Amino acid sequence: MVEVEKRFVTSAREEILQRIRRATYDVPKEERPEDVPVECGYRKKDDAPREEMIEHFAENVTEYEATVRRVSEAGLKEAITQTCQERDIRRLVVPPGVPEGWLPDSVEALRDDTGTLLTNQELDESDGVLTGCALGIAQTGTIVLDAGEGQGRRALTLLPDYHLCVVREEQIVGLVPQAFAWLADAVKREGRAVTFISGPSATSDIELDRVEGVHGPRTLEVIIAG
Amino acid sequence: MTIEAPDAFSKGRTPTFEESARESLANAQLRRNIGKATQAIRTRRAQAVEELPDWEELRQAGYDLKTRVMRHLDEYLLQLEESVHKAGGHVHWVRDATEANRIIADIAKNHEAKEVVKVKSIATDEIKLNEFLEEEGIKAVETDLAEFIIQLAGEISSHILVPAIHKNRAEIRELFIKKLGAEDLSDEPSDLTNAARLYLREKFLQAKVGISGANFAVAETGTVCVVESEGNGRMCTTLPPVLVMLMGIEKIIPTWQDFEVFMQLLPRSSTAERMNPYTSFWTGVSEGDGPKEFHLVLMDNGRTEILADDIGRQTLNCIRCSACLNVCPVYERTGGHAYNSVYPGPIGAILTPQLVGIGRPGTDSLPYASSLCGACYDVCPVKINIPEVLIHLRGRVVRHRQDGGGLKGKLDPENVAMRTMARTFSDRRLYEAAQKAARISQWPLARSGAIHRLPGKLAGWTEARDLKPIPEQTFREWWKSRNGS
Amino acid sequence: MQFSFNTSAQPTLKKPPGAGPPLQVWSQYISYHCAVRTALFITCINDTLFPETGRATVELLERLGIGVDFPLEQTCCGQMHFNTGYQREAIPLVRRFVEVFKEYEAIVSPSGSCAGMVREVYPMAAELANDKRLAAEVEEVTPKVFELAEFLVKKLGVTDVGAYYPHWVTYHPTCHSLRMLEVGDAPLKLLRAVRGIDFVELPEAEQCCGFGGTFAVKNADTSIAMLSDKLGHILETEAEVCTAGDNSCLMHIGGGLRRQRVGVRTVHLAQILASTEERRKL
Repeated sequence: MVEVEKRFVTSAREEILQRIRRATYDVPKEERPEDVPVECGYRKKDDAPREEMIEHFAENVTEYEATVRRVSEAGLKEAITQTCQERDIRRLVVPPGVPEGWLPDSVEALRDDTGTLLTNQELDESDGVLTGCALGIAQTGTIVLDAGEGQGRRALTLLPDYHLCVVREEQIVGLVPQAFAWLADAVKREGRAVTFISGPSATSDIELDRVEGVHGPRTLEVIIAG
Repeated sequence: MTIEAPDAFSKGRTPTFEESARESLANAQLRRNIGKATQAIRTRRAQAVEELPDWEELRQAGYDLKTRVMRHLDEYLLQLEESVHKAGGHVHWVRDATEANRIIADIAKNHEAKEVVKVKSIATDEIKLNEFLEEEGIKAVETDLAEFIIQLAGEISSHILVPAIHKNRAEIRELFIKKLGAEDLSDEPSDLTNAARLYLREKFLQAKVGISGANFAVAETGTVCVVESEGNGRMCTTLPPVLVMLMGIEKIIPTWQDFEVFMQLLPRSSTAERMNPYTSFWTGVSEGDGPKEFHLVLMDNGRTEILADDIGRQTLNCIRCSACLNVCPVYERTGGHAYNSVYPGPIGAILTPQLVGIGRPGTDSLPYASSLCGACYDVCPVKINIPEVLIHLRGRVVRHRQDGGGLKGKLDPENVAMRTMARTFSDRRLYEAAQKAARISQWPLARSGAIHRLPGKLAGWTEARDLKPIPEQTFREWWKSRNGS
Repeated sequence: MQFSFNTSAQPTLKKPPGAGPPLQVWSQYISYHCAVRTALFITCINDTLFPETGRATVELLERLGIGVDFPLEQTCCGQMHFNTGYQREAIPLVRRFVEVFKEYEAIVSPSGSCAGMVREVYPMAAELANDKRLAAEVEEVTPKVFELAEFLVKKLGVTDVGAYYPHWVTYHPTCHSLRMLEVGDAPLKLLRAVRGIDFVELPEAEQCCGFGGTFAVKNADTSIAMLSDKLGHILETEAEVCTAGDNSCLMHIGGGLRRQRVGVRTVHLAQILASTEERRKL
């Protein structure tokens, strides 16, 4: 730590800090950051019943032009198989931690294991990727990946053109603040990368006309399992 | 062909807002495009905000958090530096654009990169990074679709969020055919987008260095964040082995949990969505996932000057959502280019003159590019009182001219007129005499009950408006006669 | 909270006919009538260019039983100076305003932007002057300043002022009334209670008309572009009169309408509210 700090001490650093201290001359010396009041009057938690929350999540994901279906835990494999058939998916990227039981017999699983990581080229040429997720946010229809079990590293859900994501009912939270609370450990303890996905990538850069699918997967499908 | 666009952040004289606005106002296509776009997004934003019963509470929290950061910016920066180090990243401090450009170019050179991929970042536009890298033999490829379009066209952005808002599909099609050699291209936005996807995919896969701006950086954890829609941000921040992020020192938020406020405020204000398609949060480097090297460049470049002005300070709260542009009646008519800055619209009108310093005619005109209607303050998700700062900056501009302008500044006709009027208003007898004098002296101007043309600087009024002449009896004369005094 | 006053009312206290108002409104009314010293802050523009608006304000308030005083020492609030950047020059005008009006308990102005200047910008001026005493006086006087419609509806609780105005009217909510003073729908409540009126909603009403004080001259091109759209919306309504709570915006809008010879008039809200059947017969 000490060594690192020494390496980065530059005159620019000292000067900027000095400029800031001069600029904030009006702040009393004894004032601590926590002394500056922050009113947190907004909602922190959604008290809606579970089922309503799940419905809300499904509705909001659908609004982003992503396909959503709800199945029972037991029907999961069948749903995945059916989806892959409909989309003509044959070579499916599978991150570590995706339960074996999810995998359709009809597809070739491209496994991204520690020993043999898939190359960007292989990811680019695959038909799609199947993942779980860290959680879903009902309020915004967002899927959150935190590089944990069944999600893999970030490139896996980025280069393939199709993303099939399984969200378990108990993974759905109501409001945005609940999601950040839930993710705090993964970030603070393990420094894991977190990605929020709300629908497929999109642009409105040309005449504000929305086009789905620019650089990420052009198609996002979500299966809610419970 | 590259159009040399005037820019407040370049050396040399930039035109005033009035001068540039006149040109923009005469451009029918531009006005139609911008008018249509701002109206559409304005309506959608209002709906997205309406959905949240606690919107005002979120705005207040956003304002409070930013206030807390600004008052203790030194501590937060040190905390951020430490957190990023702990997470395996490198931190660089730069005083100005020159230092920022230098360090970024050096990092690219160290990795022998001839080409770098970029996420849309206004901070890098502010320092003219692309031009600098080009001089150093490094090509910067813009990957946001709109930035890509205007880079191909050699133009500058006209909107914070949708930089190519001034171009229509036909223009973009012609550009792609010419510059990308695309054949058989229709002018459908989906076809145009796909052409860009194919071209850029190769660039992402080959790039050794990615460059990005920052939406937020968390002091507590060292986590940084890029909010986007297209996926080009994920590409640039995930695929290249080296990632450089340039951030203004004001982009800090105290803790991870504070995202709960800003990630609600930003998407709804910006693109009128509940949540934008992609947001990437990362903390230093992660083993086996994403870049192997992460550099965070902390840039001042005029920001501490803004911090030192206790009214101007709130400008630093800005999270670059562009809601103020979309509601601004001035922006809606003139578009972004009239502001001659990478920061257009109401926020640009207060940010640009503060960043470059008061005392330059071009940027000194920006605080006047507003009717002070206050629509920007109403929508600002972090409650920047833009009209208040505009008025404050107008005061600074005038005082600078009066105090530093010598005899010329003092004899300036506006200055003389304003001072004379102020003296007149300070004395009731002078004021009443002036009312009478004005009534008498207007007779050469008043014809058939209206004044059709005013002389000198006031002629702008009568270009499209008549003026009502001063009536026979002032109110106070009526009052006095009624009360017999 | 609507109730009507006797339209032929003298400035004497009479219980309004019909169902009486809620007690607290009535008592508010009485207290204003009897005790509160109310001053008219006319503004220099109205004083010089629009005396009819001032006369209408006085008549209206007196009809409602409120005695008004007009301190003759008042001149200009300093808004033009301050907002154009001549802020040091505006400070003596701030002092003057405070001096002239500090004795009053309510200060009413038929101008949203001038009332807004005093209420919202004077504290900034006092700070600039670096004068603690002035700041304290400003703090004391500013809460007593009201825009006319706000005073009637929010302070007095009156919406029906007994007016009669048989015309097609549309209303432009001026920016400072709307966003700075947040008068809300007070003017609309007053207008809707006017007898004989045909009220038409203005499309895109909340868009600025493009006046903005010296903005109209400094950025004349942009100002006119904004005005053109506002005029378009006014013409869409097919109203014969466009009203507002501020003569400076109306001067700009009216100037554009007159130049185009479209035959639509601009009339200050106070004049519509002061208009009665009896008065029209005169």
